[in-house]
Amino acid sequence: MTDIQRYSYDVVVIGAGGSGLRAAIEARLAGKRTAIISKSLFGKAHTVMAEGGAAAAMGNVNPADNWQVHFRDTMRGGKFLNSWRMAELHAKEAPDRVWELEAWGALFDRTKEGKISQRNFGGHEYPRLAHVGDRTGLEMIRTLQQKVVALQQEDAINLGDPEARVKVFAETTITRLIVENGRMAGAFGYQRETGGFVLFEAPAVIIATGGIGKTFKVTSNSWEYTGDGHALALLAGARLLNMEFVQFHPTGMVWPPSVKGILVTESVRGDGGVLRNSEGKRFMFDYVPDVFRAQYAETEEEADRWYDDQANNRRPPELLPRDEVARSINSEVKAGRGSPHGGVFLDIASRLPAEEILRRLPSMHHQFKQLADVDITAEPMEVGPTCHYVMGGIEVDPDTQAAAIPGLFSVGESSGGMHGSNRLGGNSLSDLVVFGRRAGLYAAEYVDATERPAVSDAAIESAVAEALAPFERTGGESPYAVHADLQQTMNDLVGIIRREHEMEAALKELVTLRERAAKVSVTGGRAYNPGWHLALDLRNMLVVAEAIATAALERQESRGGHTREDYPAMSPEWRQVNLICSLDDDGRIKLTRQPLPPMRDDLLALFERSELKKYMTDAELVSLPAGDSAQEGNH
Amino acid sequence: MAYMANLRVWRGDHGEGKLVDYSVEVNEGEVVLDILHRLQATQANDLALRWNCKAGKCGSCSMEINGRPRLGCMTRMSIFDQDQVLTITPMRTFPVIRDLVTDVSFNYEKARQIPSFSPDPATKPGEFRMQQVDVQRSQEFRKCIECYLCQNVCHVIRDHEENMPAYAGPRFLMRVAELEMHPADMADRRNIAQDDFGLGYCNITKCCTEVCPEGIHITDNALIPLKERVVGRKYDPLVWLGGKITRKQHRDTPRVPGKH
Amino acid sequence: MTQVTQGPAKTRAQIQAKTLRTDPWYRSPRVTATGLTIIVLYLLFASFANTDYIFGSYISPLYSPCLATTCTPSDSSFFLVPWLTWLTPAIIIIGGPLGFRFTCYYYRKAYYRSFWRSPAACAVAEPHARYRGESRLPLIIQNVHRYFFWIAIAFNIFLTYDAVVAFKNPYTGAWGHFGVGTLMLVVNAILLWIYSVSCHACRHITGGRLKHFSKHPVRYKAWTVISRLNNYHMQFAWVSLTWVTLTDLYIRLAAAGVFGHGRWI
Repeated sequence: MTDIQRYSYDVVVIGAGGSGLRAAIEARLAGKRTAIISKSLFGKAHTVMAEGGAAAAMGNVNPADNWQVHFRDTMRGGKFLNSWRMAELHAKEAPDRVWELEAWGALFDRTKEGKISQRNFGGHEYPRLAHVGDRTGLEMIRTLQQKVVALQQEDAINLGDPEARVKVFAETTITRLIVENGRMAGAFGYQRETGGFVLFEAPAVIIATGGIGKTFKVTSNSWEYTGDGHALALLAGARLLNMEFVQFHPTGMVWPPSVKGILVTESVRGDGGVLRNSEGKRFMFDYVPDVFRAQYAETEEEADRWYDDQANNRRPPELLPRDEVARSINSEVKAGRGSPHGGVFLDIASRLPAEEILRRLPSMHHQFKQLADVDITAEPMEVGPTCHYVMGGIEVDPDTQAAAIPGLFSVGESSGGMHGSNRLGGNSLSDLVVFGRRAGLYAAEYVDATERPAVSDAAIESAVAEALAPFERTGGESPYAVHADLQQTMNDLVGIIRREHEMEAALKELVTLRERAAKVSVTGGRAYNPGWHLALDLRNMLVVAEAIATAALERQESRGGHTREDYPAMSPEWRQVNLICSLDDDGRIKLTRQPLPPMRDDLLALFERSELKKYMTDAELVSLPAGDSAQEGNH
Repeated sequence: MAYMANLRVWRGDHGEGKLVDYSVEVNEGEVVLDILHRLQATQANDLALRWNCKAGKCGSCSMEINGRPRLGCMTRMSIFDQDQVLTITPMRTFPVIRDLVTDVSFNYEKARQIPSFSPDPATKPGEFRMQQVDVQRSQEFRKCIECYLCQNVCHVIRDHEENMPAYAGPRFLMRVAELEMHPADMADRRNIAQDDFGLGYCNITKCCTEVCPEGIHITDNALIPLKERVVGRKYDPLVWLGGKITRKQHRDTPRVPGKH
Repeated sequence: MTQVTQGPAKTRAQIQAKTLRTDPWYRSPRVTATGLTIIVLYLLFASFANTDYIFGSYISPLYSPCLATTCTPSDSSFFLVPWLTWLTPAIIIIGGPLGFRFTCYYYRKAYYRSFWRSPAACAVAEPHARYRGESRLPLIIQNVHRYFFWIAIAFNIFLTYDAVVAFKNPYTGAWGHFGVGTLMLVVNAILLWIYSVSCHACRHITGGRLKHFSKHPVRYKAWTVISRLNNYHMQFAWVSLTWVTLTDLYIRLAAAGVFGHGRWI
């Protein structure tokens, strides 16, 4: 085992997106030696794709906003299945985290008073998203990246070595977490450039690997999003929460075919864009569900007035939470009222002057001009749902982000709970920094209180053998073929609308795919060999796909990012249930039901009883505290 | 609509390699990156290729297509004639790792030398007040997706590798300009822009601007204004004299990390 | 095949071709070089000619202000420089506008690309073994551009005065004349003002050097206007240069009696 490079750190952060970098910064600020593992180059993580903004109740645009309103919106968006404690922490801490980014050099768009400007977004009652045009994610990752660099510069000046306390391992993929005696001991992986193996010995590991989108065919996610963290945690013995909830963003590009799925930011709608079907009708008015009826406009006139006068009008239905809009678009297309390429029309051209569109949505303009030859200042866009985000993830403690294995933490999209059954736009960027900080902080605390477990040779040997296995096989299938079939299967059978028999078929197909994946072989050497990398990623995608399909089959209701054709209604009984995935001894998904912890009374009091009725069972309603209505109304 | 495109792709590692001919199917609306992916999935499983978002937002798939530095994901096949041979090579300025993947660590080293954002320590988070007109210049530069095409095309280092230690390249000179124009930054990086980051090497021939996939006016809005600012600090006797008379102190020049 | 390749020192992809570009990249530097060469040769000839630079109330922009004691008498003749009589009046002053244009950020790009070929076009290898650019002598002197800007402004004032004088009748001296030359000189002055004002140094002086636009609304406004003009600095550079040349040519031909006095009023 001479070709293994060994490193010893206090905290290893897997993932260099927003949450990973924020966690690493916090761990380093706490004085811990920290490694950042990045699957691609530093600064390229999927966070750059986030467009709209970071939701934080700073009240800069509408002073009526506060953490309670944000909390309420988040719970409503997640259909009350959220970890209420995470939603509370998130709503309370998001403003500080955004301000902190500004102190690190971020340049958000401004209000007239010189404060951070905030924009409207689906599901948010007030303008709440701190943003920079439509490239907020880029601003965020660059700011965090530059903060890491600033810390390295400090170390260069004070300690003579920029990498003394925080080092980025770019293009490095972790294939195994190493657990010794029930505690985290390290992480094993390879470096793309050489194909050489690396072992990180560390008592604390933070998983910040993002999502699972590459399991699906039509997705806004990049190649990195293969559910690595989800799978690593499962394989190490941790548990996943509510994996059935997958968010299909309502507006992805649908044409040309090669860009199908690429995101069209929700800000288009937040800034006035409307959805129309092939008959030119603003169809979203027909799809406002009962639980949201009170908050959304019923006529186009009212909806249009809202952009200028939010106090006296209700929101346009285009700004319903993403799951609602995605399902509505799906229904319109199915009913034969879709656009030529199988989407619907998203029109901003007739709503705003061209200069204003260019100022507010420059990268959307660029994207459509370059990729589809469509000038969005003159013509409508064609859009349709695309797999965007997984609400489910590693089960963590809401305060500390600690997972079931001591020393393991998870944050961001790879962790579960915060967003319930559906995430509101803008809540992920703030999620990253709020819980990134917490994960780094509590990982550092954990390191102080624990011994360093040693990594056994046996663990390394088995990790090496697994990683090299695709080279040992010959004449097997190409990993690309298996991957393509997996994506097609998930898209067709576990997609936006789910049926029992289809999911059963998917689970059967996954068994076959698993067998095929076990036989794939790769050609070429170990240095920068994408075929090999994909072969290794397949394991992760397959286990995640199985978790999603198994949980989706189990949950017999429709809620947020999980729509069952055979169980179209939301069920108060199912709201009390979290579905937990773990692995059995054969490496297959094992599902258990777990009750949701009851919400604290002071948080319950933020909702009117009439609203809680829509979500809760009669038994729950009876046990509600007296004085059940909120101190303030919804409007 | 589909046709077969003739590709010549540079394959090899550690500098040694050659252009290999392939014939790959092309469908309507596809970009060069799609074609390379198809090549990878069907004929060359181990073709090394860097990419991430496929939407022109991450700046990973930088390459040279028919000699022009471009992003593979933003180069539509329809701009080429169907019978034209497409020559696809890695970025020339950086050492090659394998096939189309280059070692861009030069850029990360330069990034680490530029003194970071230095606000007034008395301003607490949440207390920053900045006007839109004051942030918009730096905001343009922060659109940068760090594809390093500008670094790659800049002849100062593309044609003269020996200049690499002395010259930070357009991307990072633009970073200096961004901080200089940041309304809340207190440091003065004008001296080091010239002395440590080699602004004087730039002869404003504008190739960085020409290749920028984000359409940032690197030369006109960052490099030339930075040159003018440097003149104000280093070379303009009248400004110097004015400073003496009004006893206006220059802001401090921060240390360049890694230099002593 | 499963050994880690711990490679030798990394090198660039060894591609011998100086460029793989297939488009006609050489066209633009050739056009620039040809255009500049023709104009510069003409201007040199005209500057050394020392004749035919005044026609009635018109004076060639190359010879104004006419400082030498040897100047042909005119409203723009100052007879101030007796000791340089062996130079033509044009050569005495040529340093001003020439310096402004030579150090102009656009012209720098133009001649670095088209004459010095450093680089001739993007991603085309340049022919020089070493390159230090403007980091040391001699080219570090390009940084004087902002002083030439002020000199150019002074010239613009003179040339504006010449344009005003061109409204005088060349024979009677009465105001109200308007001929082809008047039009040429007026347009000439306007173009030179636009070219000078749109320059990068001017953009810097007006507002670019400020950190907080919001504290200087007037200068910000001016900077915004100049920035817009600055986008077309290259076009203004060419149009104004060509116009100066044509203006001199017109006056020279008219003074030489090639054609008569075109006038409207």
